[in-house]
Amino acid sequence: MLGAATKRNADALEDRKGRMNESRPTTATSTEPAAVSGRRAKTIETQGVSLFYGDFHAVEEVTMTIEPNKVTALIGSSGCGKTTFLRSLNRMHELTPGARVQGEVTLDGEDIYDARVDPVAVRRLIGMVFQQPNPFPTMSIYDNVAAGLTLNAKRISKAQKDGVVERSLRGAHLWDEVKDRLDKPGGGLSGGQQQRLCIARAIAVEPEVLLMDEPCSALDPVATLAVEDLIGELKSRYTIVIVTHNMQQAARASDATAFFNLDASGKPGHLVEMGPTEEIFTNPNEKETEDYVSGRFG
Amino acid sequence: MESSVQTLAPEQSSRLLASGLGWRRRSVNTVMMVLIAAAFVLAMIPLFSLVFEIAKRGIPGLSAEFFTEDARGAIGGAGGASHAIMGTLIITAVATVISVPIGIMAAIYLNEYGTGRLRRALTFFVDVMTGIPSIVAGLFAYALFEIFLGPGIRLGVMGSVALSLLMIPIVIRSAEEVLKIVPDHLREAAYALGTPKWKTITKIVLPTAFAGLVTGVMIAIARIVGETAPLLVTTGVVDSMNTDPFNGRMQNLAVYAYNEYRSPGVMKQASYDKAWAAALTLIAIVMILNIAARLVYRRYKTEIR
Repeated sequence: MLGAATKRNADALEDRKGRMNESRPTTATSTEPAAVSGRRAKTIETQGVSLFYGDFHAVEEVTMTIEPNKVTALIGSSGCGKTTFLRSLNRMHELTPGARVQGEVTLDGEDIYDARVDPVAVRRLIGMVFQQPNPFPTMSIYDNVAAGLTLNAKRISKAQKDGVVERSLRGAHLWDEVKDRLDKPGGGLSGGQQQRLCIARAIAVEPEVLLMDEPCSALDPVATLAVEDLIGELKSRYTIVIVTHNMQQAARASDATAFFNLDASGKPGHLVEMGPTEEIFTNPNEKETEDYVSGRFG
Repeated sequence: MESSVQTLAPEQSSRLLASGLGWRRRSVNTVMMVLIAAAFVLAMIPLFSLVFEIAKRGIPGLSAEFFTEDARGAIGGAGGASHAIMGTLIITAVATVISVPIGIMAAIYLNEYGTGRLRRALTFFVDVMTGIPSIVAGLFAYALFEIFLGPGIRLGVMGSVALSLLMIPIVIRSAEEVLKIVPDHLREAAYALGTPKWKTITKIVLPTAFAGLVTGVMIAIARIVGETAPLLVTTGVVDSMNTDPFNGRMQNLAVYAYNEYRSPGVMKQASYDKAWAAALTLIAIVMILNIAARLVYRRYKTEIR
């Protein structure tokens, strides 16, 4: 049984190598959009971040650096604080009543929790895709993708909006499937299409960082593969952080991996180890990490 | 290929058949179903008999005259109730215009912004307000206007104020329930795009809840459209058509029916007929509103996945 888990990880790592070799010839074209939009994806650094729900200490002292234009995966067993930590990166954690953040989170050197900073501004730069696809049910596909712009009161012309919608849908690999029914409601798509619609919606506002909370856990394997491929392409334009339950997905899709764990139920989750994906899966420093990735627990 | 499923041989059957529905459980089942159906029929009898009676007695009072003429200077069996119909519609419309913004904004506060003690206190008071006797609401409105406009004042808008005191708690409670149903993940999706809270509410939450809000408003309207007591003390009784709620007395169907019954003219039966016809018209108005509410709901409801 242990052997099987390790073998699955090894296969996943091989997949990843294969994909990276495949994508090299297209690297030239995929950096074009980044140059055109003129923005550089930014680095997130956290320093001693502790997260609380009221008095309950959920996550303890996380210090890490999330590299630009890379996919960082947060892995760990259920309840160890990965999603809580992810939500603290774009100031969504504080929306829960009683939630508190201690420590520092910076986006390319700027503290996002500074008292003068409007959380709304932070969320425009750090976007999020959720586990359950959540397109707005009252809006058409077109309006859903443009929602980030219209809801932010950006005055743009119809032609510009058309351009943004097409660019985002192409970027999310959904354009060909929906270009004939842009005015149909957003809820009428399959699960995988809805999730790609949510990704298109998130990238339409051109954030610097994309946070994804188990984006594929509600999807079938075919859709999962499509979204993972998409993530691989998006990283050339955005910094991506993904929380995943699925170790093989982390091995397939990420460049760096951070392993979170709980000592016991009721104790806060903490960061055990972080490093390049290959190392974490084949030669981790901590025994806990090795136990987890080889399937001994979790 | 021979089927591998074998039918139960008699000696194997005892366990399965014995633990199923024996005749006794089946008969209890049937008895309960009959009782429940009978209870339903019993509950429906007053409703149908009511509608039947009102229709039977009210139809003789209906006429073209009933809908087109008011009662000014009418003697004998002449005159109609157009002023009462118009009055009901106007007073209800003004009450709706007052109650809906206040009610929905209060529901938004309670559901989206309120926290802790203030919210619990407000919810408590709203619940208390749903139980206000309608005559109390009428007297309150009268007393309020008397302060500014002197005693004996009677205006259409006073009736609307009294009715809105009765409507607002209903609108608040039903709007609050509907807003609660809008799932949080839609709000989160909007926040994650960098949308400010108020915009999330106006552009995402309210449109999603729209159909339910309309239904809640319709229910509130149906509640107040037949109120008589508060209107007796605020809008008064008058025989001629008045379409200005801010000027003078205004008749309405409920008070009209009461009046025709209590002080019938020389031709008693004609007055009684008119009272019944007014009641029938009120029911018709409520039914039309209900149907309109259902149509709006069906057209605008959003399937939330």
